[in-house]
Amino acid sequence: MDQTKKRIKPNQITLLPPDTRVFVTLINPYGEEAQKSLELSVNTTKEELQSILQQLVKTEEDQVYSFFHNNVELIDTLNQLIVSDPEYKLENTFSLTYHPQSLFRIQPITRQTAALEGHEQPVLCVQFRTHGDVLATGSGDTTIRLWDMLTETPIATLKGHKNWVLCLAWSPDCKYIASGSHDGQVCIWDVETNQLKGQPLIGHTKWVTSIAWQPMHLDEECTLVASSSKDGSVRIWSRISLSCLISINAHQKAITKMLWGGQGYIYTASEDTTIGVWNKSGKRVQELKGHGHWVNSIALHTDYTIRCACFSEGNTEINRKQAKVLYDKMLNGKNERLVSGSDDQTLMLWEYTSSKPKVRMTGHQQQVNHVQFSPDGRYIVSASFDKSLRIWDGYNGNWIATLRGHVGSVYQVSWSSDSRYMLSASKDSTLKLWSLSKKKLAFDLPGHADEVYAVDWAPIGGEKAGSGGKDRRVKIWRH
Amino acid sequence: MPQHDYIELHQKRFGKRLDTEERARKKAARQPHEIAEKAQNLKGLKAKMFNKERFKEKALMKKQMLAHEEKDIEVNVEDVKDGAVPTYLLDREQQQQSKVLTNMLKQKRQEKAGKWDVPIAKVKQMSEGEMFQVIESGKRKQKSWKRRINKVCFVPETFTRKPPKFERYIRPTGLRFKKANVTHPELKTTFSLPLLGVKKNPQSALYTTLGVITKGTVVEVNVSELGLVTQTGKVIWSKYAQVTNNPELDGCINATLLV
Repeated sequence: MDQTKKRIKPNQITLLPPDTRVFVTLINPYGEEAQKSLELSVNTTKEELQSILQQLVKTEEDQVYSFFHNNVELIDTLNQLIVSDPEYKLENTFSLTYHPQSLFRIQPITRQTAALEGHEQPVLCVQFRTHGDVLATGSGDTTIRLWDMLTETPIATLKGHKNWVLCLAWSPDCKYIASGSHDGQVCIWDVETNQLKGQPLIGHTKWVTSIAWQPMHLDEECTLVASSSKDGSVRIWSRISLSCLISINAHQKAITKMLWGGQGYIYTASEDTTIGVWNKSGKRVQELKGHGHWVNSIALHTDYTIRCACFSEGNTEINRKQAKVLYDKMLNGKNERLVSGSDDQTLMLWEYTSSKPKVRMTGHQQQVNHVQFSPDGRYIVSASFDKSLRIWDGYNGNWIATLRGHVGSVYQVSWSSDSRYMLSASKDSTLKLWSLSKKKLAFDLPGHADEVYAVDWAPIGGEKAGSGGKDRRVKIWRH
Repeated sequence: MPQHDYIELHQKRFGKRLDTEERARKKAARQPHEIAEKAQNLKGLKAKMFNKERFKEKALMKKQMLAHEEKDIEVNVEDVKDGAVPTYLLDREQQQQSKVLTNMLKQKRQEKAGKWDVPIAKVKQMSEGEMFQVIESGKRKQKSWKRRINKVCFVPETFTRKPPKFERYIRPTGLRFKKANVTHPELKTTFSLPLLGVKKNPQSALYTTLGVITKGTVVEVNVSELGLVTQTGKVIWSKYAQVTNNPELDGCINATLLV
């Protein structure tokens, strides 16, 4: 079934007479009806529908919506949309699904502006500070380097790890970085002084696979950080006391990825094919079973909202309230949606309330390595070793498009903050920019001399992206 | 030596002497001096026996001293290994794919200089008798201007023979090959890649035009299977390789990729 959104040519179809009235129901993205059917004239324009919807749903003045019927977009008036559907009869109610649109537009990334040298071993992880003004990169040479984005020069080298720095995470208030290394140590760095806080935290027996801070709206001081490891345990550390508060023996096999969700739960994806949902006191809330092989990557639809919670530094109390407001808006009264990608070549959509998946998404021909929700939560993109990316609907898991172009396994993918572009990093040493609206390649970004291991698009200062790979260079890309 | 425990019995009943600790201490302090005196002054068999015992004691002492010293040494830092990979690749055995190892400048410079740094630099000269078999033709088999090539050759896909009356060089279909087993020198993996053409045969330019493949010939192979990409993002689909065996003797063409 072709699910691309088409444009109707008005010349070809005969329109209904202007005084006809139709019954219209407005349906929200989750599939629920906002209101009982309204009687409207066929010549109702998009702007009129928008104001009606704003009154019904009681949203802010500046929220823009786009309307769809059977995945065909409303452009001018209802008339054209109605006649485009051959099965619709005037007696039935016409269903219109609305989606909130992002107000700002991010420029596509087209060129490389800097190739930063300094790391002596392959760059393994790359993450921008929420504002996009500092880039932190962790590498196999055991150091983390901070790079200033205004001048594209290094700020500091953070030394303290004794083995490869495998993962790093900025705290929600962007004052600290937590990083985990190959020997199981976790270090917390104070970014204001560029120093290691205390000593490296010991506890894990094998390498640390991922690190996650507690979201800002749950705790504005950002005291708790969790780390997961190959030894199957999750440890929650306190930034202030620099000690391990709780150690959860989550899985028998390695934990590949861990996320701290906005509802307070910790999600752990493991090589024992299950995903565990835990609360921060160590109790298991749910076990999500369904995959047939290692679960490689998980993502929450509120990922971007949690990351950008601290958009103005300063008074932490205000930030917490703003963060909570944004988060609740994103949740919209439902639970967080989780998508997981696995070695069994499928993705699954879950909610923590049930241990069975809501949807099972198949299509990839090899392991799925990375999954990401779009910042508005509408789409999911999955990167796989079969050299393709696939776009899926974020609400019901329907397949939307396959993006081909890479000649080697696709390792990581990152969204632009307006959910219009995706940047993918691959083994074939190129990055590719894909346009969501056209569902094809927008720009090809070669330049790395070897495999690209990590990519990140700056969340708020959104015109830049950073990538690092096996060639030990960190490259900055801009419009 | 006491024959029974009468000493301990007395000590239990009446207690020890008041100065036992001091006497024991002083006796222990005298030991090193007594041992030293023995070591320096003993002679003969007694000396031999004493030295043997002393040697064993010293060996034990040295071991103990080292063991005590060990707790002062810092724990050896684990060597940081090369080949750092991110978390999603750690548990996987990655199949090494060929990478673009040379950069464009180096290749361009080489092409300009006309020099090729090939694995087999010199090849043994081959005589015409080895390469060609004279084919007699004509009604009385007196004409001998035709030659049949005894070596393996490559013909392009669009190849059509000249009319048999006029063709001077015959390339037998049994000796025509389309594929070569190409080895990547650094990765030591071999791929079966289709041939695209013969670039240069070191024996003679005539053989190059005929498409004859002998040991040391540089051929062009189709490497799109390997998935190589240049710095600018273009996909590489052909590379040169040099033949390393005698294909007419082995029945296959083995070559090393020139990277």
